[in-house]
Amino acid sequence: MDGRKKKITRDEEIDESNYIIQQFQKYQKELDSRHDKHERLVKLSRDITIESKRVIFFMQRSSSKNLEMLEQALKKIQDIQQQKFLPMAKELQGEEPHQFLRAYTAGLQEYIEAVAFYHYLRSKTLVSLNEVQVDLTFAVPSSDTENSQEKTICVYVPPSEYMLGLADLTGELMRFAINSVGSGDMDTPNEVCAYLHKMLGGFQSLGQVSREMNRKISTLRQSLQKVEAACYTLQIRGSEIPKHMLQDVFKSVQETSYLEERDLDD
Amino acid sequence: MDELSKEKKMDEHESSERIADVFADFHCYFNKEQDLKEEIRSTVRDLEQTAREIHAVLQQVHQRDGSKNVADICKCTEPYFETARKQFQELSSKVPENQYYRFHDHWKYALQKLSFLSALITYLKTEKLVSREETATMLGVKLKQGEGFHMDLDDYLIGLLQMASELSRLAVNSVTAGDFNRPMKIAKFVAELDTGFRLLNLKNDALRKRFDGLKYDLKKVEEVVYDLSIRGLKPKEGI
Repeated sequence: MDGRKKKITRDEEIDESNYIIQQFQKYQKELDSRHDKHERLVKLSRDITIESKRVIFFMQRSSSKNLEMLEQALKKIQDIQQQKFLPMAKELQGEEPHQFLRAYTAGLQEYIEAVAFYHYLRSKTLVSLNEVQVDLTFAVPSSDTENSQEKTICVYVPPSEYMLGLADLTGELMRFAINSVGSGDMDTPNEVCAYLHKMLGGFQSLGQVSREMNRKISTLRQSLQKVEAACYTLQIRGSEIPKHMLQDVFKSVQETSYLEERDLDD
Repeated sequence: MDELSKEKKMDEHESSERIADVFADFHCYFNKEQDLKEEIRSTVRDLEQTAREIHAVLQQVHQRDGSKNVADICKCTEPYFETARKQFQELSSKVPENQYYRFHDHWKYALQKLSFLSALITYLKTEKLVSREETATMLGVKLKQGEGFHMDLDDYLIGLLQMASELSRLAVNSVTAGDFNRPMKIAKFVAELDTGFRLLNLKNDALRKRFDGLKYDLKKVEEVVYDLSIRGLKPKEGI
């Protein structure tokens, strides 16, 4: 007991001047600032996830893919870039991109999914990594007072994150194909089906990339199967059943698919 | 509007070529990354081997007569650190600039272990806490992130925590070897270390998990001090 008491008083005496304490005070500052930055990035990433999901839902909802809707969607995507990715790029300025990648990977993937879906609706093609990266590169006034030149900052998009975002896109395409039948569009499922075939072929050619990727590829296979089943039904029964009843046939397919995906997400 | 309708006409062929390009690009990137990882792994394996060798040498301090020959034992490890510095040099030449954290997982355990060994040796020699600068110099890595291949703060701190465990073991073995002075010093040192770590606001990560073990190390050395005290074996203050 006595020894313990003595130790405490000793600690208090040497507190500020103790070498070890001084060292750890430095470490405390460094750790805190890093954790704070991490938290801010996580927050931005969550906002990006939510906004991107909203854009995707918006694009899914508008059954007819008209120009007005696409323009609105583009506007929303640009808003995300300006309001969320710009502050993120500022946070990451001068940092090593991979150090904080884990903080914002979820948001980035969801955003890529939204952008890729937008590009698919607009031109039926795949957005390239370069296009995504260009959108996330910003010019800001240089902080140096001497030269007023602008410098560029960016949120770096690692190719692996881009691929994971694309894998997510396939789930949206499946939903889109099934929905479109409801609005009387009989071509879209076939188009999507061909497109997904190409995507799956591409993903399978990569081989073992990462566990996360494997999980997404197996989801992709399921999505493709659903679209294939839809195309099959259309072919067989399309001529027999009136359109408004076809819609009911596909509704049930879609509901089960939502449930399954939720299970997978957990 | 016009442009859009033109884009929409992008034919089937063009679209599939685009997809093929995307995957081909990624495939290329992915293969390069695999090769790089393989190279890094082989260097890290060598580093881990060196770390194990140093650790083996340092194990001697736990033996009966090791307590007295601490200085000699520490001297024996110097050539190994020379090797480690060379291996870090090699490793840093393989890691592309600004991509330290992309491959950090590969070498962080080796780095933690070497940080632990440098801290232990410094303590055995001088009974002081090794500073981050000293560790960086001993291992031949840079201190700050901007300067090149550096030592992550977390890895350095985890190394210190590993040292605390090793010291609590040493306290027990010192008593067995008849050295009653060392446990007292170790107890004070580990207590100071604990105070230091308490200043940090830790997140729920690997460092925090490792820190949670520190209290057991502290408890262990306090028990040793207690055992010595009640038997009157505690050396008088000032010796």
